[in-house]
Amino acid sequence: MTNGSRERVLARVRAALADVPADEPVERRPSERPYAESHDAGPTLDVLVERLVDYNALVRRVAPDRVADEVAAALERCGARRILVPAGLPEEWLSRTSVERVVDSPEDPRDVAELDSADGVVTACTVAVAETGTIVLDGGPDQGRRALSLVPDHHLCVVRADQVVDSVPQAVRRLDPLRPLTWVSGPSATVDIEMIRVAGVHGPRTLEVVLLDPDA
Amino acid sequence: MSATFLGMPPFPEAAKRAVEDSRTRHNLHKATHTIRAKRTRVVDELGDDWQRLRAEGERIKTHTLRHLDHYLERLEESVQRAGGTVHWASDAAEANAIITRLIRRTGETEVVKVKSMATQEIELNNALEAAGITAYETDLAELIVQLGEDLPSHILVPAIHLGRAQIREIFLQRMGEWGRPAPPDLTDDPHALAEASRVHLRELFLRSKVAVSGANFAVADSGTLLVLESEGNGRMCLTLPETLISVVGIEKIVPTWSDLEVFMQLLPRSSTGERMNPYTSTWTGVTPGDGPQDFHLVLLDNGRTDVLADTVGRQALRCIRCSACLNICPVYERVGGHAYGSVYPGPIGAILTPQLQGMASKVDEALPYASSLCGACYEVCPVAIDIPEVLVHLREKVAESKGHVSEKALMAGAEAVFGSATALDAVQRAAGLARGVVPRHLPGPAGKWTDTRDLPDVPARSFRQWWNEREDGR
Repeated sequence: MTNGSRERVLARVRAALADVPADEPVERRPSERPYAESHDAGPTLDVLVERLVDYNALVRRVAPDRVADEVAAALERCGARRILVPAGLPEEWLSRTSVERVVDSPEDPRDVAELDSADGVVTACTVAVAETGTIVLDGGPDQGRRALSLVPDHHLCVVRADQVVDSVPQAVRRLDPLRPLTWVSGPSATVDIEMIRVAGVHGPRTLEVVLLDPDA
Repeated sequence: MSATFLGMPPFPEAAKRAVEDSRTRHNLHKATHTIRAKRTRVVDELGDDWQRLRAEGERIKTHTLRHLDHYLERLEESVQRAGGTVHWASDAAEANAIITRLIRRTGETEVVKVKSMATQEIELNNALEAAGITAYETDLAELIVQLGEDLPSHILVPAIHLGRAQIREIFLQRMGEWGRPAPPDLTDDPHALAEASRVHLRELFLRSKVAVSGANFAVADSGTLLVLESEGNGRMCLTLPETLISVVGIEKIVPTWSDLEVFMQLLPRSSTGERMNPYTSTWTGVTPGDGPQDFHLVLLDNGRTDVLADTVGRQALRCIRCSACLNICPVYERVGGHAYGSVYPGPIGAILTPQLQGMASKVDEALPYASSLCGACYEVCPVAIDIPEVLVHLREKVAESKGHVSEKALMAGAEAVFGSATALDAVQRAAGLARGVVPRHLPGPAGKWTDTRDLPDVPARSFRQWWNEREDGR
């Protein structure tokens, strides 16, 4: 049945496009990009912080050598006792905290109940977008499976300054479409009731970003 | 295609009833005005670049549609290369049969769903119910509509016609029939209502083995699908189950990954009025060790090739379902989504539904008249669909067809909507704002008239506006 449908749909598409000249080029020239590279919103890291905060994320901007202290302090503030950790997370980031760690990897995954019983998760990211206050995870070893940053109620993400770009176009160019990507802009939210923004539905209700700024 | 709301009267009659419902009008007014203001703020933030992005979005979509056969085959190849299976469905019945068969093969009798217009259109939930499979809607607004046995009335916010007190009642009365009941002391605070939905759905997310989704975009060169959402229910469905079935209209394709540079700016700002929606998930076939290991893409025609065959009407297929045209429309604001009698309400629905369904019924042939042609919808459309042009084109088709209802009867909808001074005011203001984009030349047979005449300018201020300002100034 499906095979017949494939040919039927394609034949109908071709018949519908009878007006399109046969010699019209199928490929578009990549140079045809008339829109802005970015929108001059201000110094990149300042803009990122401002827009993360605007969408209810908690942000700490610290010198890179403070990362372990900040991670430890953040976990203590939220009262986490047990956290998920992707297998490739830099060991150093957790060197000042004593909370229990549950290590997860695609080769040795924790089951959903274990993910659900964790108080939080610590990950890196692959790209952050200043203009939109977005962090993007691509499932790399220091970010882990998509479920890790989804099921626990608290997501602590460490962002390096060299991962931050100004705009969406710059971010898209850095990303590999073949990896499973999660773009996160603030904690989960809904506007479904009278268009009032309510933060915290099914995803983590708290998003905390530790931004490593060499100039901080 | 079967997704006309059964028993729904044609637009003029339904509109008359809707404008008489003051609670619905209050809810709609509040919601559409809130989101309009948010959209304006984030669109203005991009300055002149917005119009360049909009023009580029239009170009990409137009180009894709003109070579749709090529891009469909490329998408199929990319998805298969990445470990997915591709199915083709020429109509709703075929799509429902494919999805039912895929679910049965897993042995499961329940599925979780990500909000999807395509599955609404094919009435998948009914088909699954008939096959003994329970489909759980997980988007908050879709959940409200499903629990309330109601109909969606907006593309983005299907429960926009309901206020918090009504939603509280639905949760208290119906949640227990579907799973974990709402707490008896539930208040109508939106935070409490959102929390109730979180608790209600949590266990379902964690146990479900099969999910059904749509997609906002399908990238031909990489085989990547995208879902933009806010709540995290999408991530739950796309990540935790073992099997994922995505139902995607054939017009959802963009040629290359880099085209998302444009659409990931246009869609969130037009839709929820945010710089970016809280969550976007992208996936390409199957990723070993992460997410569903069994992935199926169902490519859906269901009337889209009929729309494609109409060289004026095909621009409706550029639609990225942002719903900005609903939020700005003076007619939608007054009558709400149900009056359109279709899963696609508002200005875009008025041109999409009759084309998808072929204007066979009185409901469908009334839809091209469900507009004052003020042009505000075109102005806000992120892919520059000239909705007034298509409306006029479709009115000509209705008028040409045999045995159609008289135009006078169809225009009765306009009378119901604009039968008051305040309503007329709002429309004239909107027309004034849109006047930069009003065409100088009418399309179709009416074009003969404007060949030798310019259309009169829409004034920047209507007489009423001028009069009121004059009064205020005193």
